[in-house]
Amino acid sequence: MTPGTLTYLYAVRTATGPGASSVPGVDGERPRLVVEGELAAVVGSVDASRFDEEALARDLEDLGRLESLARAHHAVVAEAARTQPTAPIRLATLYRDDDAVRHLLTDRAAEFTAILERIEGRWEWGVKAYVKPTTRPEEHEAGSPSTSDRPGTSYLLRRRADRDRGERERERARTAADDLHRTLRTHAAAGRLFPLQDARLSGRSEEMVLNATYLVDAGKEDGFRSAVDSADGAAVELTGPWPPFSFASLEST
Amino acid sequence: MTLVRPDDELSLVDLLDRLLAGGVMITGDITISLADVDLVHVSLRALISSVQTLLEPGSADA
Repeated sequence: MTPGTLTYLYAVRTATGPGASSVPGVDGERPRLVVEGELAAVVGSVDASRFDEEALARDLEDLGRLESLARAHHAVVAEAARTQPTAPIRLATLYRDDDAVRHLLTDRAAEFTAILERIEGRWEWGVKAYVKPTTRPEEHEAGSPSTSDRPGTSYLLRRRADRDRGERERERARTAADDLHRTLRTHAAAGRLFPLQDARLSGRSEEMVLNATYLVDAGKEDGFRSAVDSADGAAVELTGPWPPFSFASLEST
Repeated sequence: MTLVRPDDELSLVDLLDRLLAGGVMITGDITISLADVDLVHVSLRALISSVQTLLEPGSADA
């Protein structure tokens, strides 16, 4: 190990198959493999001054730096996952040197093997569903109670009707999202719900009602996608295939 | 239905949903004092405040 470098851990995969990565890693380095038995760790040598505790804490607070770190980490993991069963490791996991990674592979071989068996032949697919914001007042003015002689009352009644209608629409959207999640879950090996994204983050004017992710057998993707397509009353966005980031653990979901 | 592939223009927030909360969690040699909760908190705070800053000029309908 060169002094001044640390070993950044991207993923653990089966040792068979292609060796080197062709995409650059989080420090612009070329990722490589550390093999121990039947397991291989996808690692990179990174500059210790840029990846020690202090530097990382600072970088993770910087959105631009966090973004480039996340995109590079994802790209390296995704490349490994294209050819081998691959367990992604949490962002920013670092070791002193390759030997420490070898020890990890030995100590936790059984756990990694179990995770790899669980995710083999499966990909993660993200599903987000949106509904239109609640109806604007002017769109249903014709149906409002006519009390033109008392404009103040008329306004309040309309406001209350809007509020009730908005509540009903939200309730219907929540039910539709629950139904969609239940249906998709039957086409997937596992499913997880993420917190709903704020409209400012999703970049859409509609309100998000579902932000979920599923572990889907490669052979069952058609059925899963048909189920996504059949979603009623909501705009649905599918993202994937992702390496199984959200299912790289032994907890059952 | 819209299909977005991670290779394409991936939304950062979708990526962070997975990268900050997913992946096998191991305590490495460099113990980044940002345990999970902190990491998500710190990052999302950064994300949200940054997005808010971007939106502020002329964000009539936010």
